[in-house]
Amino acid sequence: MLRYVGKRLLMMLLTLWVIVSLTFVLMVTIPGSPFNSERGTNEAVQSNLEAHYNLDEPYIVQYVLYLKSIATFDFGPSIKQPSQTVNDMLGRGFPISFELGIITIIVAVISGVTLGVFAALKHNQIIDYLAMGFAVLGISIPNFVLATLLIQQLAVNLEWFPVARWLSPTHMILPITALATGPMAIIARLTRSTMLEVLTQDYIKMARAKGLAPWKIICKHALKNALMPVVTIMGTLLAGILTGTFVIEKIFAVPGMGKYFVESINQRDYPVIMGTTVFYSAFLIIMLFLVDIAYGILDPRIKLHKKGGK
Amino acid sequence: METLLEVRDLHVTFSTYGGTVKAVRGVYFHLNKGETLAIVGESGCGKSVTSQAIMRLIPEPPGKITKGEVIFKGKDLASYTEKQMRAIRGVDISMIFQDPMTALNPTLTIGTQLMEGLREHQAVSGEEAKIKALEMMHLVGIPNPKERLKQYPHHFSGGMRQRIVIAMALICEPELLIADEPTTALDVTIQAQILELFGHIQATTGVSIILITHDLGVVAKIADRIAVMYAGKIIETGTKHDIFYDAQHPYTKGLLNSVPRLDLKEERLTPIDGTPPDLFSPPRGCPFTPRCPLAMEVCGKVYPVTTERSRSHHVDCWLQDERAQQLLARTANQ
Repeated sequence: MLRYVGKRLLMMLLTLWVIVSLTFVLMVTIPGSPFNSERGTNEAVQSNLEAHYNLDEPYIVQYVLYLKSIATFDFGPSIKQPSQTVNDMLGRGFPISFELGIITIIVAVISGVTLGVFAALKHNQIIDYLAMGFAVLGISIPNFVLATLLIQQLAVNLEWFPVARWLSPTHMILPITALATGPMAIIARLTRSTMLEVLTQDYIKMARAKGLAPWKIICKHALKNALMPVVTIMGTLLAGILTGTFVIEKIFAVPGMGKYFVESINQRDYPVIMGTTVFYSAFLIIMLFLVDIAYGILDPRIKLHKKGGK
Repeated sequence: METLLEVRDLHVTFSTYGGTVKAVRGVYFHLNKGETLAIVGESGCGKSVTSQAIMRLIPEPPGKITKGEVIFKGKDLASYTEKQMRAIRGVDISMIFQDPMTALNPTLTIGTQLMEGLREHQAVSGEEAKIKALEMMHLVGIPNPKERLKQYPHHFSGGMRQRIVIAMALICEPELLIADEPTTALDVTIQAQILELFGHIQATTGVSIILITHDLGVVAKIADRIAVMYAGKIIETGTKHDIFYDAQHPYTKGLLNSVPRLDLKEERLTPIDGTPPDLFSPPRGCPFTPRCPLAMEVCGKVYPVTTERSRSHHVDCWLQDERAQQLLARTANQ
């Protein structure tokens, strides 16, 4: 187990390095610079600015400096807003984005699994049809459409919820609903289909033959097996939710990290691009790693430390 | 001998898109205490459905017990509620399934699965349950039970898994064990070991066994009495001796003829021609009529009455009728 974790950590660092390098290549190949839009700066000022941010150095030197700043996790101040460091921005934005993302995942998993289990237990009955109809809608409607619909109906027309911003739990309901519906629908459909398959297995019959209570059969014997595929797709869903937060944060004016990420790219604010990219990638890689660990815990047949296994 | 279980006029149907399948059509049999009854028949004859109906494990819908009584220790299980049934399952009646590779939950340890039945039905501490589980593993012959308890099903071979399943079924000391083709998925040497284990268990615990199988070799080894099932009905019952040496029903004879024997020099086995009838619309008369070499006009029209050849030996066949016997004697003379 420890060896596996060590190996995985190395692989994660390698992955991160590839992402970081690709980002660097992209940054230097995209035309434009942070100072393009500032009219009226004369050439001397411009070259001074570039020198200040080491942008006049050869690419290879810039690359080394860039790697150094990542290794020390010190990205320096933003070029566009020199009064703030990138770390300040991350420190302010990340907790909010994290809150949005984590609550979304929890909501999506709990509601998706519940919906899927009920649909499977009431297979081909009205609950099943309703749940699956709902799931198809959830998968088909993009989150930004759902977000605007929710705002229009529930916030503007009915005035049940605030239209935007991130101040109290009631502010959270709409953005989380908009973001969680898609993943929830996917989880519900997957849970239903695997649950249906698991329920026909002999070990479920065996559990019934032992005289176990129905809820025990569902929770202990069926669910653990049915959740395996759900854990598998969690990685992909996480990436989806992560990118989804950019859009949702924008629509609901949530002051998370998404704003910095998108703005920094538009403005060629190199330190902020670096910071957010590294941060997002590291976060996603760690989450995927946790998913793999969870998989090994759920299914004892998967041996984490031995290659190939038995 | 004391009767432990008596099944009377059991009917089970399954509704499908194609119509209603009458899988079990009026089955009668009884089981004495400490006895092994084998229910024999080819695939689809309703033997597994019968056994699952006793435990009320048939998925409803599509399945349904439409008629009949299952008298276990004087009480009719067919009228029990699901909750009452749960107190019977695993405690008084246990079941073993065909494929030990799928009968164990791959994500739970053997120990958990062994002990959960006990903990569900009896107020025992974790330590007591563990002692009992170790005892059961010892009974079914699993070496190193202590370490084995913590392992998962994939650490065990097929034969070992079947032993675990048997231990699981016996942990609450049931009076009746229903084994649905317990050796079919195992290779021959393991089969022999498991059958020996059944004998050993019966000798130590006195449990009664209903053995569902299509393997007459298995039957010969461990059964006391045999019930031959065909198209949802039991067509002949008798002691092992009755069936193997004095089979009366042409179907039973056909089954026995299709088993390879070491003491005869025949090169080819004799199969029973044809296929079992369609149970969507079972025939009015004897279901074996189209395949029967001795079928008479009456066979296709009226289901035969049960003939009691001895106290233990019962046959549902028109050939048992006096007139048929005279006819047979006459044709034999000619």
